[in-house]
Amino acid sequence: MAEVRIENLRKSFGAVEVLKDIDLTVEDGSFVVLVGPSGCGKSTLLRSIAGLEPVSGGTITIGGRKVNDLPPAQREIAMVFQSYALYPHMDVAANMGFGLRFARTPKAEIEARVAEAARILQLEPLLKRRPRELSGGQRQRVAIGRAIVRKPQVFLFDEPLSNLDAALRINTRVEIAKLHKLLAATIVYVTHDQVEAMTLADKIVVMNQGRIEQQGKPLDLYYRPANLFVAGFIGSPAMNFIAGQVTQGGIDLGPDGAVTLAGLTAAAVGSRVTLGIRPEHVRIADGEGGLRLSATVELVERLGEAGYVHLRLPSGTVAVAEIRGETSLRTGDRTSLALDPTHLHLFGPDGRRMV
Amino acid sequence: MRRHASAIAVHAILGLYTLLALFPIVLVVMNSFKAKRAIFNTPLRPPLPMNFDPVGYTKVFGDSSLPLYYLNSITVTVGTIFLTLLFGAMAAWALTEYKFRWNTLLALYLSVGIMVPIRLGSVAIIQLVAELNLINTLTALVLVYTAQNLPLAIFILSEFIAQIPRDLREAARCDGLSEYNIFFHIILPLIRPAMATVAVFTMIPVWNDLWFPLLLAPAGGKQTITLGVQQFLGQYITDWNAVLAALSTAIVPVLLLYVIFSRQLIRGLTSGAVK
Ligand SMILES: Nc1ncnc2c1ncn2[C@@H]1O[C@H](COP(=O)(O)OP(=O)(O)OP(=O)(O)O)[C@@H](O)[C@H]1O
Ligand SMILES: [Mg+2]
Repeated sequence: MAEVRIENLRKSFGAVEVLKDIDLTVEDGSFVVLVGPSGCGKSTLLRSIAGLEPVSGGTITIGGRKVNDLPPAQREIAMVFQSYALYPHMDVAANMGFGLRFARTPKAEIEARVAEAARILQLEPLLKRRPRELSGGQRQRVAIGRAIVRKPQVFLFDEPLSNLDAALRINTRVEIAKLHKLLAATIVYVTHDQVEAMTLADKIVVMNQGRIEQQGKPLDLYYRPANLFVAGFIGSPAMNFIAGQVTQGGIDLGPDGAVTLAGLTAAAVGSRVTLGIRPEHVRIADGEGGLRLSATVELVERLGEAGYVHLRLPSGTVAVAEIRGETSLRTGDRTSLALDPTHLHLFGPDGRRMV
Repeated sequence: MRRHASAIAVHAILGLYTLLALFPIVLVVMNSFKAKRAIFNTPLRPPLPMNFDPVGYTKVFGDSSLPLYYLNSITVTVGTIFLTLLFGAMAAWALTEYKFRWNTLLALYLSVGIMVPIRLGSVAIIQLVAELNLINTLTALVLVYTAQNLPLAIFILSEFIAQIPRDLREAARCDGLSEYNIFFHIILPLIRPAMATVAVFTMIPVWNDLWFPLLLAPAGGKQTITLGVQQFLGQYITDWNAVLAALSTAIVPVLLLYVIFSRQLIRGLTSGAVK
């Protein structure tokens, strides 16, 4: 296994700059997840690492070796495509051993490695089948198997689970986590799924419009998002944002009221800020207080044990509060919500986190 | 009810067309088994014991040069199909997969070949072939036919290659295959149906052609069967028995080739690759 180091990576398609100054280190044996909105350049970054897309600038190093000018085959990577990309005219065993055949690996060794991968992925009964005779989940496992048998330095996954149904996704996700432990593999993984990102990653990289917005441990990103974009992107339902202005000893939220807040520097007074708070840190509570805002119930979503109440503040902003257990709230009720002061996030006019 | 009626109409039209298309062939085959007098007196009557006469066939098989002409035709046709498919697929792959400077221009240049009939260049072709000392060789025919068929082959195969998912080629690249191996082990197996179609389209005009054999290989034991049949067509007397028998037997090899190729016309060869 190896470390992947990316420095000042840039990539343009014609005049469009798709990756801008990407700096990223994937430590040896770690699991890095790339997330970001559609079109932000995740696949492009992954394909650049794989060597399927020539880069416009910067360097990519895999295991201490600069690979910018090497073709995919010599980079010792294996890529698992979202579409699986199995060779339709070969059976499962041939699909998995195909790359080795051309690397002049002895036949016995190919068979041994394919058998090993098939055992790990429970594909043994399917080895003689064609891809079209497999279910989606089985195809996905074959695609992963094809990557495993080559014993690459780095695994690259591009949304490998997005074509699977919910139950299979959870299963395969657990399988991938186990596989990571078993192979001690270095993995770069692209996903749209928050849960996948949070559960699998050693490090999450949030991308937006070709830039890295923040990278760090999943919970660090969750509890200390560096900017408004990351705050809004990580977590589901998304964080609530309320616009305001810093005053002496608190924040004026305009028609929504005001909150008292210690620890604000005097220099900040007068600046426009955004207050952020996650639904789970908002409580429904009657009465008045320094961190209470009055609101009208718009919608109550009950998911069983937990639920979400959508509340409209006087300014028109909608905030979501998580509730536990039963509630008697109904649409149109007037109530007030209490913000947990230890979990308030404050973002400055430039969108960056303020301390 | 209306769908039913329109289905009947479609079948009626197709059936009529089939009859029309098959009629001359049936006529040729039927009359090839008849005596000369019966051919002229009752051309539409099927061969019956009273007018049966295999004299045409005994003449054709008795003629020592005709088997050679068959072989020539088969060599030319198979050679042309092989080269057309190989170079056609390679060129189609290059034009669809690689972005290079003259890509579009080259594709356009090739498509001109579809629009301009190659016979317009006959004089130049004869000169070229003569200069290369290829007159009266099968090589000359194979080369000319390959040139004639390549443009359409490239055009059709490009469309099919473009439909092969990009991920497949890239997976193969990650698997460490060279571009040649991707072509031979991924692309070719997946465009088999398209190649069979092209082979059928190529084969029939080549097999039936009289023009280029007449110009480029009219003698020296290099005649194709269509040309060889001409020896029975004299200026004053024509041996119709032999002509019809030779034409009837000439159907067999193409029919066999067609059966072989049509077995490759399989649907959904790429299914299971993606999603
Ligand atoms: N071959 C190409 N030519 C031109 N532009 C491209 C090409 N490939 C990608 N792009 C552009 O680059 C940007 C990033 O694409 P990319 O596929 O990396 O997005 P992504 O983050 O993977 O999105 P998704 O989550 O939808 O898969 C997009 O705006 C896309 O339109
Ligand atoms: Mg993508």
